[in-house]
Amino acid sequence: MSDHVVPIRVYLVIFSSLMVLTLLTVWAAFLDLPGSYNTILALSIAILKATLVILYFMHVRYSSRLTWVYAGAGFFWLVILLAFLMSDYLSRDWQRLPQGW
Amino acid sequence: MSDHSHSVVAHQFDDMPQQKETTTLAMWAFLLTEVMFFGGLFGAYTMLRNRFPEAFAVASNSLDLTLGAVNTAVLIGSSLTMALAVHAAQTNKRRQIILFLVLTIALGGVFLGIKAVEYNHKFHEHHVPGAGFHFEEVPDWVDVSRLNYDLEKATETFFSLYFAMTGLHALHMVVGVGIMLVMIWMAYRNRFSEHYYGPVEISGLYWHFVDIVWIFLFPLLYLLGRHFLLEGGH
Repeated sequence: MSDHVVPIRVYLVIFSSLMVLTLLTVWAAFLDLPGSYNTILALSIAILKATLVILYFMHVRYSSRLTWVYAGAGFFWLVILLAFLMSDYLSRDWQRLPQGW
Repeated sequence: MSDHSHSVVAHQFDDMPQQKETTTLAMWAFLLTEVMFFGGLFGAYTMLRNRFPEAFAVASNSLDLTLGAVNTAVLIGSSLTMALAVHAAQTNKRRQIILFLVLTIALGGVFLGIKAVEYNHKFHEHHVPGAGFHFEEVPDWVDVSRLNYDLEKATETFFSLYFAMTGLHALHMVVGVGIMLVMIWMAYRNRFSEHYYGPVEISGLYWHFVDIVWIFLFPLLYLLGRHFLLEGGH
């Protein structure tokens, strides 16, 4: 049950963390990192921010196990969608196809 | 007050905890369909950015980073006031529920206003996909002759995604504002108490979800091309 009343102090701490993470992601976007590390860093910060919102603002941390399953399922399926999509597109150049004749 | 709490349990439920659990799960089930709904666009973005990385970086850098970052802060602020509105409902503070819901709507309005300013810039710059689309600003680090695609056409693809994703997100914000107006009306009619605040909490779930969508849109649309601006970017 989510009858739990979250103290206002917790909301303020989460809000401050989200603001700091927003500044951090803007700052990190200008770092000259090799390869796709800029993308990985930006998405890691976004996932951390989303997790804070889901757990505290959306009260999932204080909710039933079934709510955890519901909340987790959507993002699990999203990961499947993106993983299978990119396993196709990213691997297309790995093997040279025979030229037509 | 206990009589009041009984009167708000719908007849198909045994008690208030069961009703609350059911409505919370129902909202999450709806949000799952929303994850999939936006997921298709995120998938299209992932695939097309992988295909046209230079075009996506160039087009992304033409967006106003300051306005995007301010909007992110505004939306996170609106999530805080939303959470405080739920807190006020849980602790029987009727005036505070209304105050925080009004603040939530106000911050949502600021977000949509800033978004409108950004859209207006894009119209003036002819960066809106369609017959009048132009994108001539090609920075030094892009060697157009080495690209195996048309840079301008690919930037138009980026802006199609930009308008589709932010437009769909803005539509969700407008719907959210409508829901909050209903909540204010219900709070004004004194419908909520520590025994019955489900509607405020469930509406809050929706509002926070829309915030989460923006938390991902902001880095994907505004940030991921910025490091190319550095000298000798790669």
